[in-house]
Amino acid sequence: MENQEKLDEFQARIDAGEKIEPKDWMPERYRQQLIRMMSQHAHSEIVGMLPEGNWIERAPSLKRKLVLLAKVQDEAGHGLYLYSATETLGIDRSELVDQYLYGSAKYSSIFNYPTMTYADICAIGWLVDGAAIVNQTMLARSSYGPYSRANVRICKEESFHKKQGYEMLGKMASGTPEQQKMAQDSVNRWWWPSLMMFGPHDSDSPNSAELIKWQVKLKTNDELRQHFVDRMVMEAEAIGVTIPDPDLEYNEETGHWNFGDIPWDEFWNVVKGNGVMNRERMKARRAAHENGEWVREAANAYAHKKKLQQEKAS
Amino acid sequence: MSDNNSNKDNWPLWEVFTQPKSGKPHEHAGSLHAADKEMALQNARDTYARRNEGVSIWVVESKHITASTPEDMGPFFDPANDKPYRHPQFYSVPRAVKKRS
Repeated sequence: MENQEKLDEFQARIDAGEKIEPKDWMPERYRQQLIRMMSQHAHSEIVGMLPEGNWIERAPSLKRKLVLLAKVQDEAGHGLYLYSATETLGIDRSELVDQYLYGSAKYSSIFNYPTMTYADICAIGWLVDGAAIVNQTMLARSSYGPYSRANVRICKEESFHKKQGYEMLGKMASGTPEQQKMAQDSVNRWWWPSLMMFGPHDSDSPNSAELIKWQVKLKTNDELRQHFVDRMVMEAEAIGVTIPDPDLEYNEETGHWNFGDIPWDEFWNVVKGNGVMNRERMKARRAAHENGEWVREAANAYAHKKKLQQEKAS
Repeated sequence: MSDNNSNKDNWPLWEVFTQPKSGKPHEHAGSLHAADKEMALQNARDTYARRNEGVSIWVVESKHITASTPEDMGPFFDPANDKPYRHPQFYSVPRAVKKRS
């Protein structure tokens, strides 16, 4: 029953800045858009453990290993906050996981790039988590209560992720000539993909207007991207790395940094599944899920057995 | 949301409440899946209290929670709406003692 009256009432609540909670009436399309967006966010957190997990055993020191372990564990936590927030929309966890592993659900393309050196771990913390923070800070004010609360929690933890990467990159950038080269090389490779994390230009983003109308998102892809660029230019300068964009130029008029054309062909190619690591990532995720099946089964059997014992005893 | 045991992959859903420090009330932190209550507590600690966010955790299977519905919101809370005499602002006191109260 989606009559105009109900839709108007819903829009009025949104416009008044009210949060929508799981049991409240909402347009079916709002629900579907949230499920798509939130589960995509959750999947990204989970797959995001892979590129960094790749370096845990080869961390350069015990300290860095502890930090990386904690960060990767946080990413798992973020995935779980988001999955449970998505479930409040009436979709089951197992269905979400199925869509991700065997269906058409997407995750952020940034995780389809390889981590080739330890400097990539630094650049990921700085650029990828930096971009994620810009996006999630906005989502912390999203109109859907559970999504907003999950993002508040995520943002609190994510600032450590970015800072540890930025600090490390700064150290490398002021280290030996080899380290400096490694640091710059990683920035060269991660800069453009991290700009793509904000999604297509507003003119090519069919969902944006609707999501903003419903205050699921509060800013457009291009607004967020510009905010990110402005900040990163300053941070790059402070640690002496160069952003690989010859067109980067301060615009006195707007007060923002102009930047060059984003290689969208590459973006779409990776989205379509042809990135360096797409197949590898899916293979690893499916293997983790399938190899864990006996554990989930055993835990259920154990819980069932204990329940029977308790019933017998009482 | 189902606790159907025939589905081997589906652990039941639990709601997690954490107490940020002693003296404070427990607050809803989120939910998670676990096969039994011990596992629910451990998962709650790992998911919602990695940075000392809680000194105490409650978990309860989601199916055991009964909640009011948004549709009843008006009538359900109605009885409180016409009783202003339950608030101290309803009463007047001499000006001289006002500031000290």
